[in-house]
Amino acid sequence: MRGFGRYAIWVYSAAALVFLMIPIIYTIVFSFNDSRRTNIVWRGFTLDNWLDVCDAQGVCQAFGNSILIGVVATVLATTLGTMIAIALVRYRFRFRSATTLLLFLPMATPEVVLGAGLAAQFLQAGVGKGIGTIILAHTMFCISFVVVTVRARVASLDPALEEAGRDLYASPRAVFWRITFPLLLPGIMAAALLSFALSFDDFIITNFNRGADVTFPSYVYTAAARGIPAEANVIASAVFLLAIALVLVSQLSAAARRRRLAKA
Amino acid sequence: MAFGAFATATSAAEPAARRKSPVALLLLLPGLLYLALFFLVPLLSLVITSLQQPDPLVFGRFENAFRIENYATVLAQYWPQAVRSFGFAALATLFALLIGFPLAYFIGITLRRWPLLQALALVLVIAPFFISFLLRTIAWKQLFSDEGPVVGFLQALAILPGDAAITGSAFAVVFGLTYNFIPFMTLPIYTSLERLDLRYVEAGGDLYASPASTFLRVTLPLAAPGIMSGTLLTFIPAAGDYVNASREFLGSTETAMIGNVIEANFLVLQNFPAAAALSLVLMAAILVLVSVYVKRSGTEDLL
Amino acid sequence: MTNSAVPQRGFAEAGADLELVGITKRFPGFTAIENLDLKIPAGSFFALLGPSGCGKTTTLRLIAGLEDATAGRILIGGKDVTETKAYQRPVNTVFQSYALFPHMTVLENVAFGLRRRRVGGAEALAHEALSLVELDHLSARKPAQLSGGQQQRVALARAVVNRPALLLLDEPLGALDLKLRRQMQIELKHIQSTVGLTFLHVTHDQEEAMTMADTVAVMNKGVIEQMGPPEELYELPHTTFVATFLGQSNLATGAVVTSTGTTVVVDVAGQKVSVPRERTRRHNGEVTVGVRPEKVALHATEPARDANRNVLGPGRVTDVSFSGVSTQYEVTVPALGVFTVFAQNTSIARMHHDGDEVWLSWEVGHTFGLADGDASSPASRFLDDTDTSMIATQRREQLETELEEA
Repeated sequence: MRGFGRYAIWVYSAAALVFLMIPIIYTIVFSFNDSRRTNIVWRGFTLDNWLDVCDAQGVCQAFGNSILIGVVATVLATTLGTMIAIALVRYRFRFRSATTLLLFLPMATPEVVLGAGLAAQFLQAGVGKGIGTIILAHTMFCISFVVVTVRARVASLDPALEEAGRDLYASPRAVFWRITFPLLLPGIMAAALLSFALSFDDFIITNFNRGADVTFPSYVYTAAARGIPAEANVIASAVFLLAIALVLVSQLSAAARRRRLAKA
Repeated sequence: MAFGAFATATSAAEPAARRKSPVALLLLLPGLLYLALFFLVPLLSLVITSLQQPDPLVFGRFENAFRIENYATVLAQYWPQAVRSFGFAALATLFALLIGFPLAYFIGITLRRWPLLQALALVLVIAPFFISFLLRTIAWKQLFSDEGPVVGFLQALAILPGDAAITGSAFAVVFGLTYNFIPFMTLPIYTSLERLDLRYVEAGGDLYASPASTFLRVTLPLAAPGIMSGTLLTFIPAAGDYVNASREFLGSTETAMIGNVIEANFLVLQNFPAAAALSLVLMAAILVLVSVYVKRSGTEDLL
Repeated sequence: MTNSAVPQRGFAEAGADLELVGITKRFPGFTAIENLDLKIPAGSFFALLGPSGCGKTTTLRLIAGLEDATAGRILIGGKDVTETKAYQRPVNTVFQSYALFPHMTVLENVAFGLRRRRVGGAEALAHEALSLVELDHLSARKPAQLSGGQQQRVALARAVVNRPALLLLDEPLGALDLKLRRQMQIELKHIQSTVGLTFLHVTHDQEEAMTMADTVAVMNKGVIEQMGPPEELYELPHTTFVATFLGQSNLATGAVVTSTGTTVVVDVAGQKVSVPRERTRRHNGEVTVGVRPEKVALHATEPARDANRNVLGPGRVTDVSFSGVSTQYEVTVPALGVFTVFAQNTSIARMHHDGDEVWLSWEVGHTFGLADGDASSPASRFLDDTDTSMIATQRREQLETELEEA
């Protein structure tokens, strides 16, 4: 691509990125709206929403539930998924293709089907729905994503490193905890962050299995009918800014490191 | 990451030297049992529920039966929503590809010489994941509302008639779906383009290929795994989505998709057999479409 | 960890003997090593030389404990370690890909083995080992920040610091460029004589094996073909494989016509070739005789017959390639095939040209007679190499190599 084409892709991509940012910026801006009842029309700047986040009924409770569910589901899914990923790469076993199908299917199934299926199961089993059933559901759909993420890391792990550990007087346990695990850790962390993000923002599956308990997304969904309070924007914006700061720091430092290495 | 899920899966090269050991069972069993219990059994529950019939004595209760005609009933009643779902999802996938591919190309190839800029652009693509997608959708709804800036602007230019609205239209729903899935489309394509060795492109030019034919014959095939992952990651959830099409967000009763019908039947009307039958129809249709697509694309090893 | 085979405190006094008794290794579907016996004396620098797929890497992995032998015993310093786990054997390996732990610093890498054995003063010993390879100033770096040659030396320090009874080197110089390889060969040799450990070096590079080792064992198809000091292997190869794998050889096969107390004369396609009795493995029947290319002289006219020289010819020069120090000629002799001759460019003597008629001669004392059969027919020479088990072995070794490189 030369001449005009070269500029066209810059302009087009910049426009696409701006497009992606519009609702994010809107959400953040309206977290400062002096909105009183409905946060639709701009009524002036205020910090009140940020200072008294929990003023809006139930929003902090919902946020706390979401954090709790996210943490528990992440720990469960990351543990189970990491174990499966190691087994898939390292071991031979029967029913391998059935196993990979079982891992692939939850990712290829629309959330509404996953949600309705679990709800039907809980209904038939007579299980009361609430935070517990939400955690069970979130863990289920996170496992496959953990497996995919960690598996790539296990596969790229050089077996010679573990052999070198065995050669250097490390017992099987020492090899795992001092070599294998630290080397897998970036992959496991990425999987855990992904699980948390998926769980935290999940609405559809949650909505089928939450009973009377409220998560942050279900709070927003329910509030949408009568107007979402600006405090919800505050929470979403705070989470966003925190996550973006973390990602920016890690991405930019990684890029800078790559550049240093390339120059060295 | 989720967006790269399908892409990483297709490219992970694995050592062939696998051992057989009882440890494998220990590692696999807890996770697989979990998936069996909370993925397979629920599917079975759906099958059972979908065949139930109303309890003749207690209103709103259902008893186990084998009412296969439940499927015929829901299909006859809800086929417009089902067709609309796949139509909307296909359109959203197409538009997301039209926006996502050039964006991925730009970040993965054009920005290669500026690693910091590349990292920044990548963060911008990932950014929507960090803010509640319901709030993003609400933001569009309010921007598109009848008193909002977009409608006012278009009416001022007389592009839109004075009494017309955007929210509640099919356009708004497809727009919302497209917006929502652009990152899911862009990131897998970026992942495959990022690894693309520019020497291939140079070799293409060296062998007397025009830029266009180099793109078609070299770049595009190398990006194919990413495109495939991106389309799957967009199409599947888009077809089952019910937030964008719901009345409180960008849609109206005229734009209802199959997800809305399943939700309404399950959570509001409590017509569980209908919801279950519709869920299974949706899942079956998607599995058929996906397997045909995967077969035609030639990459069957998705995970 | 209180295993008596592992030196508990600091550095071992010296290397130990290694003895392999009847080692066999079978993988599903093929045999990599068949009934291998090998004894390496303490303190020696021993090279195991062979083409890829000969079983040498498998041998190394068996000694390290990374594979289990199907049959046979492994003894280190007289102690049977066949059943001992890799992490309990007094053996350390320098891996082909170095296998440095990427998440640890250079110092942590080198101290790793000492710390696992809870040796006191691990850090000081690690610094000492790094000084030995002249890299102590980089001890705080991560392996990714080092060059290939530096990584190689860290890998060496990481192994040597444990003062293992036996140090295994798996093609440790394979990834380096030629110049660095030569330099490292000298350094390795120097370190070996400094620390006095037993080194077992696996390589497919015959020049590397000959430069560095006191003793070279040439391995082929899971069997050791010949073993001895490099000069002996080169000057007096016992088998066709050794004669052609270790350097180049001109070989010809014929029937013995006379056999005296000192000399055996072989008729090769109507021409007589003499070989000293003690330099041939066979004394009757069909014998393959050979001579190294640099031992052969070219003559433009038929040389006078001399009891101390073998003469073949006439032949025709079919290829000349000049390489500065020497010139390589290919001479086709009717009924005998192509002979290679290396001529030192010591004087601006008359060059032979493509198409010239020439005679070949060499001292009878430089001739050798091989133990195995017909060398002139390539079919018999390479038939065994292409059978399925060989291919399988090669696949396996290639895979292992790839895995270690990945």
